[in-house]
Amino acid sequence: MKYFHLIWAALFRRKTRTILTLVSIIAAFLLFGMLDAVRVSFAEAGQSANGAERLQTGARLSFIQPLPQSLGAQIAKVNGVKDVAYANWFGGAYQDPHNQVFTFAVSPNYLDIYPEVEVDPAQRKAFDSTQNGILAGETIVKKYGWKVGDKIPLQSQIFPNKDGTKNWNFDLVGVMRSKDAKAFQSQMIVMHWKTFDETTPKGYNGGMVGWYISRVNDMNQSDRIAKAIDALSANSDHETKTQTEQAATANWIKQMADIGLIVTSIMGAVFFTLVLLTGNTMMQAVRERTSELAVLKTIGFSSTSVLMMVLAESVMLLLLGGVIGLGLVSLFAPIMSSQSGGMITHTSVGAGSWALGITLAVAIGLVIGILPAWRAMRLNIVDALAGR
Amino acid sequence: MNFLIGLVTFVAVIIGVVVFLGLPWPGMLVLLVLLALWMVLTRRGQQTWSVTAVGVSTLPQRLGSSAVIVIGIAGVVAVLVAMLAMADGYRETLRRTGSDDTAIVLRGGSAAEVSSVLDRDSTLVIAQAPGIARDDRGKPIASPELVVAANLPMKGGDPEKDVGSVQLRGVGDEAWKLRTNAKIIAGRKFEPGKYELVAGKGAEHQFAGLEPGKQIKLGNQTWTVTGIFASNDAMDSELWADAGIVGPAYRRGSSMTTVFVRLTGPAAFDQFKAALSSDPRLQTDVSTTLDYFSKQSEGTTKAITIIGIVVGAIMAIGAVFGALNTMFAAVATRAREIATLRAIGFRGLPVVMAIMLETMLLALIGGALGGLIAWLIFNGYTASTLAAGTTGQLTFEFNVAPQVLWTGLKWALAIGFVGGLFPAVRAARLPVTTALREL
Repeated sequence: MKYFHLIWAALFRRKTRTILTLVSIIAAFLLFGMLDAVRVSFAEAGQSANGAERLQTGARLSFIQPLPQSLGAQIAKVNGVKDVAYANWFGGAYQDPHNQVFTFAVSPNYLDIYPEVEVDPAQRKAFDSTQNGILAGETIVKKYGWKVGDKIPLQSQIFPNKDGTKNWNFDLVGVMRSKDAKAFQSQMIVMHWKTFDETTPKGYNGGMVGWYISRVNDMNQSDRIAKAIDALSANSDHETKTQTEQAATANWIKQMADIGLIVTSIMGAVFFTLVLLTGNTMMQAVRERTSELAVLKTIGFSSTSVLMMVLAESVMLLLLGGVIGLGLVSLFAPIMSSQSGGMITHTSVGAGSWALGITLAVAIGLVIGILPAWRAMRLNIVDALAGR
Repeated sequence: MNFLIGLVTFVAVIIGVVVFLGLPWPGMLVLLVLLALWMVLTRRGQQTWSVTAVGVSTLPQRLGSSAVIVIGIAGVVAVLVAMLAMADGYRETLRRTGSDDTAIVLRGGSAAEVSSVLDRDSTLVIAQAPGIARDDRGKPIASPELVVAANLPMKGGDPEKDVGSVQLRGVGDEAWKLRTNAKIIAGRKFEPGKYELVAGKGAEHQFAGLEPGKQIKLGNQTWTVTGIFASNDAMDSELWADAGIVGPAYRRGSSMTTVFVRLTGPAAFDQFKAALSSDPRLQTDVSTTLDYFSKQSEGTTKAITIIGIVVGAIMAIGAVFGALNTMFAAVATRAREIATLRAIGFRGLPVVMAIMLETMLLALIGGALGGLIAWLIFNGYTASTLAAGTTGQLTFEFNVAPQVLWTGLKWALAIGFVGGLFPAVRAARLPVTTALREL
């Protein structure tokens, strides 16, 4: 540590070169931070503590197949199930049919199953008593500038209204806020399942339910309870598949894309390039300091300490760039998060990303430093001073 | 004066980048020809040529630092090309699925096939509309189809947990007449009236158990896979079975989701659409399949392209500074040589041009290398995603198309341009006397 100023001086011996290299490193770590936030967001989706105690039950045949309403009462009787809610896919769109807004038609107790969703008690009451009422997530409310009390026209992509058109009108009675920024309800709208079922013409829904969500008393028993729920409908014409919310979300994301693989390949390319680039800088730096290093050795610095100093220099260069880069991500991440429409939930660099980033910086610093450092250590004083 | 030079350089950078990124290849060709003519015909140009030749001939001595430019840019281009190839492959797969002489009829207001319902009577009415081509026996080529989703275990995963969604299409004989590119490549077609299905080759690749002769379970029914078909488009990701069986199995009765028709020609579409929209018995949305499938790919293609460009741009910043570093070092080591040139009468412009050309040459090599790497690894690479507007996984191949490679090369040249300009200007502005004295 006592050589810190010496290493620092060596690092900024050629300001232009160091700063140019630093910017490259910053760019690499900026990218790393952003991509890692994406990766972590996807990996953590549905992994909240509340999500672990919820089970989703859908038709085994496919997720678009509805289930009978009578199943709900049976599920509620399964040992270990605390509460059962249900929902239907409404397929809402606002203004333009392609402008999809996730809309679920839900049972009255749906929100009780999701304690991480916060609704003002007065607004909740208004929702319960307004047949035509909807609650909208705060992200959507903000996006479209809605206010509580507004009449919201929504188009359903699937279900017609009483008059046969697919134009529905709702009263916005409240806003759903998410306590931990991870509840997906902040990006969707809920309406009453009863209204939905009664308003669609005969033959469209007919009392069917899209999926059930049940809360269990003990999440360690989830597997047993899931099997018990599926056993209720075994060999019927509406066999179900029950899994934890976590497993369902993870499966969904896996089908979307292998985010982990994409992120890893891009970062592989980035860091490979970075190693070469900074490696070259360090080689140059040591080469032009040959005589200085020889002087250091002449006045008594041991070969090992020269080795350590060059290594420290390259690690410091990487650490400096890495920390600035990751710091910048914290500036960009909120923008990225709002642009992604809720796909990326991380608005700052998590502790895991910081740890991984710093580890990578140190590792890359060591890798690129080792060759020039080795050279510096093996330097023959006489030859170096003679410029040979 | 310094400020003015800085300003001019900055403006040149902006113009240069815009030109390189926006130029179509004929424009670049014109630029190249002009440059060649200038170098051959004018005195300055000839000077540039000789200075460039000297610089390029010393490249092997600076192999390490030159490699930084080449590999840095190769990395950027490889990542960019891979991402764009993914977007392009996705778009192409869906675009190929459609053509302008076939039309798709959905229930009015339905954004996608799965959310549409057409009853049997409507499908019969639609088939009688004018503008539909007829087969050799005089029957209209209209294919009512029923699209539903099915869950199947993914290949190489836990059969209980790793379940993917696949689109199951109930079709009749007309479906094969309509899609002439769909061919059975293994096994045989399904027999009508039986729990039999054929799988697209993309679905076969993605899901476990889709081999001819094997049986799979959808819900509580057992289906026999009788064959594999290939159509080289989005249909490859689907399972096809008899609509008369899929309907009851999914409790859809005799209703359909979609009617596909072959038109007598692209010109017949307006007539067909007008006939359907004026028919009081129907409430439908009609579009050409080309239109329909192109629209389906829009969102995803745009998302992938934007991600590719953002990632590419950040990497490009890194590569620009790497190139700057290298070229500043190159100019510094050759300071004396450049000063000598200027002392014996070479003007600033040839020096600037020569260094620019050298950097661009390295950038070009880097771009070509990156494009080649992306092409070797990713061309034809199979990926899949949950497609927008469908309920199943869509399998598609990365498509490293020439225009994607061209975009990569343009990025490489733009990086080279920025990375070379500042060192070049510095070289040209270095006072001759100082530079000559420099060690």
